[in-house]
Amino acid sequence: MNTLAFSATIAAASFCAGFLGSLTGLGGGFIVTPVLTLVFGADIRYAIGASLISIIATSSGAAAAYVKEGFTNLRVGMLLEIATVLGALVGASLVTVFPTRALFVVFGLVLLGSAYLTSRPRAEHLTADSPPNRLATRLRLDSDYPTPGGRVRYRVRHLPGGFALMWVAGVLSGLLGIGSGAVKVLAMDQVMYLPFKVSTATSNFMIGVTAAASAGIYLRHGYVDPGLAMPVMLGVLAGSVVGARLLFGARTERLRQLFAVALLAVAAEMIYKGVAGGG
Amino acid sequence: MRTPWRDVKDADVQQAVGNLLRIGVALAAAVVLAGGAIYLWRHGGAVPDYRVFRGEPPDLRGLAGIVRDTLSGGGRGLIQLGLLLLVATPVARVAFTAVAFALERDRTYVLVALLVLALLLKSLAG
Repeated sequence: MNTLAFSATIAAASFCAGFLGSLTGLGGGFIVTPVLTLVFGADIRYAIGASLISIIATSSGAAAAYVKEGFTNLRVGMLLEIATVLGALVGASLVTVFPTRALFVVFGLVLLGSAYLTSRPRAEHLTADSPPNRLATRLRLDSDYPTPGGRVRYRVRHLPGGFALMWVAGVLSGLLGIGSGAVKVLAMDQVMYLPFKVSTATSNFMIGVTAAASAGIYLRHGYVDPGLAMPVMLGVLAGSVVGARLLFGARTERLRQLFAVALLAVAAEMIYKGVAGGG
Repeated sequence: MRTPWRDVKDADVQQAVGNLLRIGVALAAAVVLAGGAIYLWRHGGAVPDYRVFRGEPPDLRGLAGIVRDTLSGGGRGLIQLGLLLLVATPVARVAFTAVAFALERDRTYVLVALLVLALLLKSLAG
């Protein structure tokens, strides 16, 4: 396959990855890297380099829409970015010394966990009546968000726990070239009691900054190949834009669960490849 | 609709941040697309191999080399330049929020934003 055909194929596959990633909320990075490594046989370091770049594009695009609609909690995002950036610096430095087979295994395990997290049913917290949290009040983290019935207030709690989990999300992002959206949402939605939509919006807001922290390290170590990153970035970006358009009014609950099952197979294959070796 | 918890200035910041992110991504995608066209025009017939990791040549790993390659008409350099623009987008967003929080006289978050910015710049500069 020559470069022209190769680029077109990668762009088409990346389009599908971006499309499914935005429709299911899991993000394109989790699909791009397995496709590049398992289907196209690319070295996993090239794959995570291209993936990391592409998630900056998709998350910034999604973040722009969310932030304009007023879902994003800027203060929570900025504060937790300290944790994710510190984590990403550790994770991206680890890639350079990690055996590639171990990367496959860790990738598979994190994919399993994330697929499980995104497939769970979602319930919104109603926290406006709960007592104010001193730290959250002092840092002006409590806010409100738009719902069909007008803006609804919410209170934030457990900042230290959320901060710690965000550091882990940052490490995984830097190590695997993913957005770690599922772990970020877990930290805000489950630990800090932010509404689910606010958690998703704020997670997207943070993903670009987290990935930018790793990008410098990836670039310096030669993980970002222009020939591979170009079709991946453009394909994933176009796919996620189309996916986001369709998302309005679509019933995605079933699709997400179906997708989670499909990802189990991908995760198993990644882990198998890491354990068995061979390429 | 305004509620006591909501600050009008916060809403302004949200619109500006949203625009900044959109413009950054669109600009980066356009540059990557242009670089990709040059790259495919020149090297479209070659056979790529990503099976073995060699790492990028030194010229495509840093800003100076990337600019040099772009100026000499290299598609790969131009793609990397677009990718750098993309990476710069969230960094610019952090810098912008630092300024926005300063205008709101929110000292704590100016410090938070500056800390994040310093960490990002340190990582990018190496």
